[in-house]
Amino acid sequence: MRKTKTRGGAQGRAVHDVGGLDFGAIDRTEHDLALWEKRVDAMMILLYSKKGLWTVDAMRRTIEDYGEQTYDKTEYYEKWMRAMRNLLVEQEVLGKSEIEAKMAEVAERHRKAGRKVPSHKVAWA
Amino acid sequence: MTHTHPHTHGHGDHGHDHDHDHNEPHPPQRDHDAGPMGVYEVMEEAVRLLLLEKGVLTDAEIATQIDLMDSRSPALGAKVVARAWADAAFKQRLLADCRTALAELQIDIGQIAEFKVVENTPQTHNVIVCTLCSCYPKLLLGIPPAWYKSLGYRSRTVVDPRGVLAEFGVKIPKSQEVRVHDSTADLRYIVLPMRPKGTERMSEPQLAALVSRDAMIGTALPSVPRKT
Repeated sequence: MRKTKTRGGAQGRAVHDVGGLDFGAIDRTEHDLALWEKRVDAMMILLYSKKGLWTVDAMRRTIEDYGEQTYDKTEYYEKWMRAMRNLLVEQEVLGKSEIEAKMAEVAERHRKAGRKVPSHKVAWA
Repeated sequence: MTHTHPHTHGHGDHGHDHDHDHNEPHPPQRDHDAGPMGVYEVMEEAVRLLLLEKGVLTDAEIATQIDLMDSRSPALGAKVVARAWADAAFKQRLLADCRTALAELQIDIGQIAEFKVVENTPQTHNVIVCTLCSCYPKLLLGIPPAWYKSLGYRSRTVVDPRGVLAEFGVKIPKSQEVRVHDSTADLRYIVLPMRPKGTERMSEPQLAALVSRDAMIGTALPSVPRKT
C-alpha cells in the first residue's frame, strides 16, 4: 500500500512535490560525484534496466515515501541508496538482517583502519 | 590528511583511475577514503559486497556502467544543437520527433523516457526543471549539476523563472515570454538556444563550442563569438 508522506504546511502535498514552494536561494556550487555516488547510480540503473528487478516508478515511490524531515535532509544519492536497499529487500534479493550485519562489518573494518564511521542506522520505513 | 588504502574498497574493481575531470574547473572530488565516512557510503559498500557475493552484479558490470556515465557529457547535446543550427530541415525534424531525429545521428534515447526539444525564439525563452525529482536528459547532457536537483531550483523556477534566471546572470527582456518545462520520469526536455549573430560562417564543431550545458537547460545563453 502506498504510504506517501505529506508535507506539513503545504496543503497535503507529498514530500517530493515542491514546485511553487520557496526553499530560498539556490546554491550553485558544483562538484564531481564521489566514487560511492557513481557506484550507487551504476548499480541502481543495472538493477532496474538490465536485471529488471523493479521499475523507475518503484524507485520513485520508495524515494517519495520518505518523511519530510528526512527527504529534505538527505542528499540525492543518499535517497537513491536507501531506495535501492529497500527495494532489494522488497524483491527478496537481500534480507534486512544480512544488510544490517554486512553494514556493521564494513563499518568495523573502516573504523579499525582509522576512519570515522557513524554508528546510527538508517530507518527502514 | 594521510592518504591510505587500508581496505578492499580501492580502484581495482573498476579497472581505471580517471574519475577526476581534469579539464573541468570544479574542485576535485573528496577523496573517497580520506575523510569521515557517511552512513550511506557504508550502506553502498555493504549492499555492493552482498550483490557481488550472490552474483546479482559483477564488478565488471558496475565498472562498465560507470564508464558509460563518465562518457556522457554536454558535448553530445551541443553537437545536436549545432546540427540543428546548421541544417534547418534537421531542426524541424528534431522539434517534431526528437527520438527519430536523434537516431539520424546514431543517438539511441532508449526506452526509459521520451525527449522533447523546446526552441528559444525572439518571442520565447525556455527553461527546464523537474519539480518532483531530478529528471534530466542525461544522455545528451551527462550528470545534472547539484543545483538542478536542489530544492531551491525545483521549488522556485516554476513560480519565479525570471528571478531564478537573474540569479544565473540571465536577464530576459519583458518582450520575451519565459516558458518553464517541468520534466517527468517519462518526458525530458532540452532547450535549443538561439543561434548567436555573427556565426554564419562557422562550422558545426565551432558552433557546438558556443553551446554550454546551461544553455541547454535554459539558465544561460550561448556564447557570442569574439569579433576578429
